[in-house]
Amino acid sequence: MPSVMLRKNEDGQITFYVAKKDLEETIVSLEFDTPTKWGGDIELSDGSKYYIEPCEEPKYPVTVRFKRERV
Amino acid sequence: MTVMTREQTEALIQEVLEVYPEQAKKDRSKHLAVNDPSLEKSNKCITSNKKSLPGVMTIRGCAYAGSKGVVWGPIKDMIHISHGPVGCGQYSRAGRRNYYVGTTGINTYGTMNFTSDFQEKDIVFGGDKKLDKLISEIDLLFPLNKGITIQSECPIGLIGDDIEAIAKKKGKELSKPVVPVRCEGFRGVSQSLGHHIANDAVRDWVLGARDEDNSFQTTPYDVAVIGDYNIGGDAWASRTLLEEMGLRVVAQWSGDGTIAEMELTPKVKLNLLHCYRSMNYISRHMEEKYGIPWVEYNFFGPTKIAESLRKIASYFDDSIKAGAERVIAKYTAEMEPVIAKYRPRLEGKRVMLYVGGLRPRHTIGAYEDLGMEVIGAGYEFGHNDDYDRTMKEMGDATLLYDDVTGYEFEEFVKKMKPDLIGSGIKEKYIFQKMGIPFRQMHSWDYSGPYHGYDGFAIFARDMDMTLNNPCWNKMNAPWKKSEAGEQKAAVSAA
Repeated sequence: MPSVMLRKNEDGQITFYVAKKDLEETIVSLEFDTPTKWGGDIELSDGSKYYIEPCEEPKYPVTVRFKRERV
Repeated sequence: MTVMTREQTEALIQEVLEVYPEQAKKDRSKHLAVNDPSLEKSNKCITSNKKSLPGVMTIRGCAYAGSKGVVWGPIKDMIHISHGPVGCGQYSRAGRRNYYVGTTGINTYGTMNFTSDFQEKDIVFGGDKKLDKLISEIDLLFPLNKGITIQSECPIGLIGDDIEAIAKKKGKELSKPVVPVRCEGFRGVSQSLGHHIANDAVRDWVLGARDEDNSFQTTPYDVAVIGDYNIGGDAWASRTLLEEMGLRVVAQWSGDGTIAEMELTPKVKLNLLHCYRSMNYISRHMEEKYGIPWVEYNFFGPTKIAESLRKIASYFDDSIKAGAERVIAKYTAEMEPVIAKYRPRLEGKRVMLYVGGLRPRHTIGAYEDLGMEVIGAGYEFGHNDDYDRTMKEMGDATLLYDDVTGYEFEEFVKKMKPDLIGSGIKEKYIFQKMGIPFRQMHSWDYSGPYHGYDGFAIFARDMDMTLNNPCWNKMNAPWKKSEAGEQKAAVSAA
C-alpha cells in the first residue's frame, strides 16, 4: 500500500508520485472518473496498475494510499 | 574529433565496459546510455539511484553528508551537532563555501564543528546523557543560537539511541527548536536519501511552527528561494534579480538561511525551486498542505535566466511581468559585451560534466550561451526524474553516465577528448595531470557566484581563464618536443 501523492501537472493530467520508489508517472485511465465516484482500478503511463476504493474525487495535490495490483 | 554518432557512442560504452567481469558489466551497462532527446521517460534507457558496485571507485557521499552538509548545514543561526564520533563532522567542516552574513561563533555557526565525540563507553552505554549535557552546554556557551539540530552519524542508528526523546525534552527546556535528524550514513545509496530525510525533518519539526500565528505581514509578491545553497554567493546573485522585478524574497533555503525564514515559508505565495533533487520533497509537501505552488527555475546563463524570469512572472500580475521584462532588458544589454568578449575564445569547445544534483543539466544553457557544447553529462546521485529533465537539454547521441566510476570516466575522457571537464575535487587532479582543462563545478573552483546575470560574467571569465590558460601546452618537457605542432598534442598524449 504505497503512499502516493497526486497532483495536477501543467498539462492538466494527474501525476502519480511515490517518493520512496522514485516513481512519477501520469494516470492514463481511471475506472471511475466523476466528482462523486472516483478511483477504482487505475493505470499509469508505464503500464503498472493500482487500485483505490472508489471515493469522492480529492482536491489536488493530495496524498492517498493505493493498493498495488499484481499482474 | 567530430561529433559522435549514436553507433560510435554505443561502441564506446561497450569498449569501456569490456574490462569488467560479467556481472559487473551487466550492472554497469544499465547506468551508461546514449542520449535520445525524443524519449519522454529516462527509465527506458538509464538506471539511476542504485547501490554503487563494490570494488569500483565512486564519488558518492552518505546520508549524513546530504543532511548535515547540504540541507541543514547552511542554516546559519542554528547549531548542528554531528552526533557520533568526531571525524564525520571534522572532515566535512566548512568545505562547502556556502557564504553567509554574520559573526561566526556569536550569532552564526556555519563553519564551526559541533560534535558529541563518541568514545567506546558512549557506544556501550549509549550517548543520550552526553547529548543532553552537550545541548545544555551549547546553549550556555552560544546563547544567541536560534535552535539546534542533531545530525546522527552511523553509530546512533546502530546502537539505537532515542534522540527524538532528548530533542523533545531539551526543546521544552530551552524553548527553542531542537530537531533530531535520523540521517545515519548507512541509510540509502548516496547523499540523496539524506536530502529526503532532512526534508522530512523540516516538515515534521519546523514548518508547522507558525501555523496559528498570523502576525507576519504578507504581500501578494512573497516568494521563497528553495534549494539555493549560496555557493560563492549564488543565492545573493539570484535574489537581487527577483527583488529587482518586484518580488519580495521572504526565505532563502538554505544558503545564508535562518530558522525564522524557514518557519515563515508557509506564508509565501510561490516557492521557487532551484535544486530540484534536494528540495522537491518539501516543495511538494508545502503544495499539498498550504496550497503553495512551486516552480523550477534555472539561473545559469542569460538564455535560461530570461526564460526562468518569465516563467516565474507568469504566476503574478502584470506589474511583475513588466518587472521581469525590465530586468531582462537591462541585463541583456549588460551581457552583450560579456558574450562578445568570451564567445569567440570559447566557441565550439566541447565539455563533459559530472556533478551532483542539478548542475549537469542547469549549466548546459550557460555553456551554450558561450558557444560551447556539452557532449557528456552524468549525476553522482540523480534519480530518474533528473535524467528525464536532462535528456531534453542534451544533444542527440551524447553520452549519459550515472554514478560513473573512476575508470569509466577516465576512459570516456581519453576517447572523447573534451576541451573542458567540469566535475569535483576528486577528479580535478587526475584530469589536470592528463593535460585537460578542468573546472570544479561543485565549489566553482573557489570562485563564484555563477547564478544570475552577474554570475554569468564570472562564469564566462572562469571558463576562458581555464581553457585558454597557457599552461596546457607546457605539459611536455621542452627537450622532449620533436617537431612543430607538438603543443596541441598535449591533450591527446594523456
